[in-house]
Amino acid sequence: MLKITNLHAKVEDTPILNGINLEVAPGEIHAIMGPNGSGKSTLAQVIAGHSAFTVTEGTAHYEGQDLLAMNPEDRAREGVFLAFQYPVEIPGVNSAYFLRTGLNEIRRHRNEEEVDAYDFLSLIRDKMKLVEMDESLLKRSVNEGFSGGEKKRHEVLQMAVLEPRLAILDETDSGLDIDALRVVANGVNTLHTPVNSAIIVTHYQRLLEYIVPDYVHVLMGGRIVRSGGKELALQLEEKGYDWIREEDADAEIATVKSAGA
Amino acid sequence: MSKHSDTMNAYVTAFDDFEATLNGGATSALHAKRREGIAHLRQDGLPTARFEAWRHTNPAPLTSTCYAPIERPGQITAAEIAPFVAANVDGPLLVFTDGSFSHELSRIDALPAGVRIHALSTTADGEQESLVANLASRTTLAESAGFSALNTAFMRDGAVITIDDNCRLDTPVQILHVNTGQPGLTTPRVLLRCGADSEVTVVESFAATTAGTGTLTSSVAEITVGARANVEYHRIHLHGDESFHTGSVHVTEQEGSRFTGHTFCLAGRILREDVHTVLCGENIESTLNGLSLPHGEDHVDNYTTIEHAAPNCSSHELYKGVLGGRAHSVFRGKIHVHRVAQKTDAYQSNQNLLMSDDAEINSKPQLEIYADDVKCSHGSTTGQLDADALFYLRTRGIGLQEARRVLTQAFAGELVDRVQHDGVRAHVDTLVAARLAILLGHQGGA
Repeated sequence: MLKITNLHAKVEDTPILNGINLEVAPGEIHAIMGPNGSGKSTLAQVIAGHSAFTVTEGTAHYEGQDLLAMNPEDRAREGVFLAFQYPVEIPGVNSAYFLRTGLNEIRRHRNEEEVDAYDFLSLIRDKMKLVEMDESLLKRSVNEGFSGGEKKRHEVLQMAVLEPRLAILDETDSGLDIDALRVVANGVNTLHTPVNSAIIVTHYQRLLEYIVPDYVHVLMGGRIVRSGGKELALQLEEKGYDWIREEDADAEIATVKSAGA
Repeated sequence: MSKHSDTMNAYVTAFDDFEATLNGGATSALHAKRREGIAHLRQDGLPTARFEAWRHTNPAPLTSTCYAPIERPGQITAAEIAPFVAANVDGPLLVFTDGSFSHELSRIDALPAGVRIHALSTTADGEQESLVANLASRTTLAESAGFSALNTAFMRDGAVITIDDNCRLDTPVQILHVNTGQPGLTTPRVLLRCGADSEVTVVESFAATTAGTGTLTSSVAEITVGARANVEYHRIHLHGDESFHTGSVHVTEQEGSRFTGHTFCLAGRILREDVHTVLCGENIESTLNGLSLPHGEDHVDNYTTIEHAAPNCSSHELYKGVLGGRAHSVFRGKIHVHRVAQKTDAYQSNQNLLMSDDAEINSKPQLEIYADDVKCSHGSTTGQLDADALFYLRTRGIGLQEARRVLTQAFAGELVDRVQHDGVRAHVDTLVAARLAILLGHQGGA
């Protein structure tokens, strides 16, 4: 479904991604963990198509298409979804209108019939139950005045409405209390199918107690330095990230020594 | 300068010619007022680029030639004016075609007691005299007074709306000045008098069925708001794309009243509007809202003055602009707080969205405060569409063009939403959406 090869990206003149390799097959859930500033969010944004980042090297293919050649809206229409770490407030744009416009753009792209305001309302009501969100939020401007938790639920709601094939959740768990976390995780699990995939970007192992990943990757310095199963997350929780740094440093010394020998 | 005096001489000649066509009408009260107008025009002259108030709007295109007053109304049908009138909104409608009152297109049905609506030309002599006595022949806006005098000198007709004390009109009064494409000068005039504890909503629209090349509209509206009265007044500028307009709105408010002005500058090559409100009594709430959507080579100048002449009043002002192409928008917001006007609470904001690198904005807040216990603040912002918001919308499958439309519509929508009357708001919403589509259409890609 997604194949990223040797991806390098920079913002202005600062390199952030330094050769990412990642392959996600249909139905898989991948967790990407790593310390602050390791490039996790950048990877998420680059996959979604944010223009602030320039890809300097490498490739990314989604369903066999050159992802990097596609604009953000076409990626979304083809089924890529990014749940934002910091959802953007858009004053004056009603949430229901925003969601319906997005859904209809995507349905048009799939040659499906557009949903009118009436049908949309019944559709959205079902989805809102899933994330335990209050209907009154739909009447408000997108994310404006939403609490942190409401914003994150709103992201999962959008995911539920747009039904992406590849969902990327960028620190959707940050700032959530345990109840909200459970709600968000429940939403993600309900939407997960044998053909839909997800990339969960997170700081903590906590979320992975609710959403069980098939693979865990550790991102440091813009590279994936470790990959493993869900037990890797537990190891990180227990030991932090420093042991990886140390191991890598040791490995480097060993390499230098063997090269010198 | 000589060109200027050529223009002036031509207007004086035009006035004499006009007077010669009047026969008996030359002795009417209305004409006596016109004579005052031409005298003031000769005395004041028209503004020049050296006037401080015209610093960012060169008046030359409006003054370097004499725009011959349009004598006869062109042909226009009810179907043609339909887009300029709020649909499904009951209430009086006064239509002036090329400056002349149209009986056929207007409707003034039974009005509630204490509400009177007249076209000056259709009033009986005695009544006209008393109505005309209330019209100013020039105004306190010294630097635009020449244009007000021009309006008065060639005033062909006018709408006079009178709401007596304790009376209200539930349906909005619509006044439409429509130009059929004849080049020359039109001089729309409105007098709105609202008694104590009265209530009314007025929509004054300017529209054209052609691009209006060679047309100048010089308008004047005078509004008096009685004690505790509540007045919503809208001005919709939907002139021809090549036409010029300069106008002034004068508002005087009495204690405890509430006045809200809504100005929508939607179309016109050069659009200048002076709004001057004077708060004469205590506990007044005065609001000026404005939205401008210039594109191409359009030039819009909103020149506003709010004068706090009494204590304990509040004023709010919000003007927004969305600019495309090589458009130029000017905002001057003066808040003048007199020495007696203690406890004034005044807030002013001017926000602009530039959709093109070549668009230009001059924003000038001007606070003149002579009282020492007041709260006055102002803010001005100019920028482009929020890149994060655009990206957010696009990641939800919304295309770039649509995302831009959604965001500009939301920006402009704040002023549409401030229109109180549902039918009027729906009308304005339609007009604004259509103009935004044109503005964005001309912008093309990102």
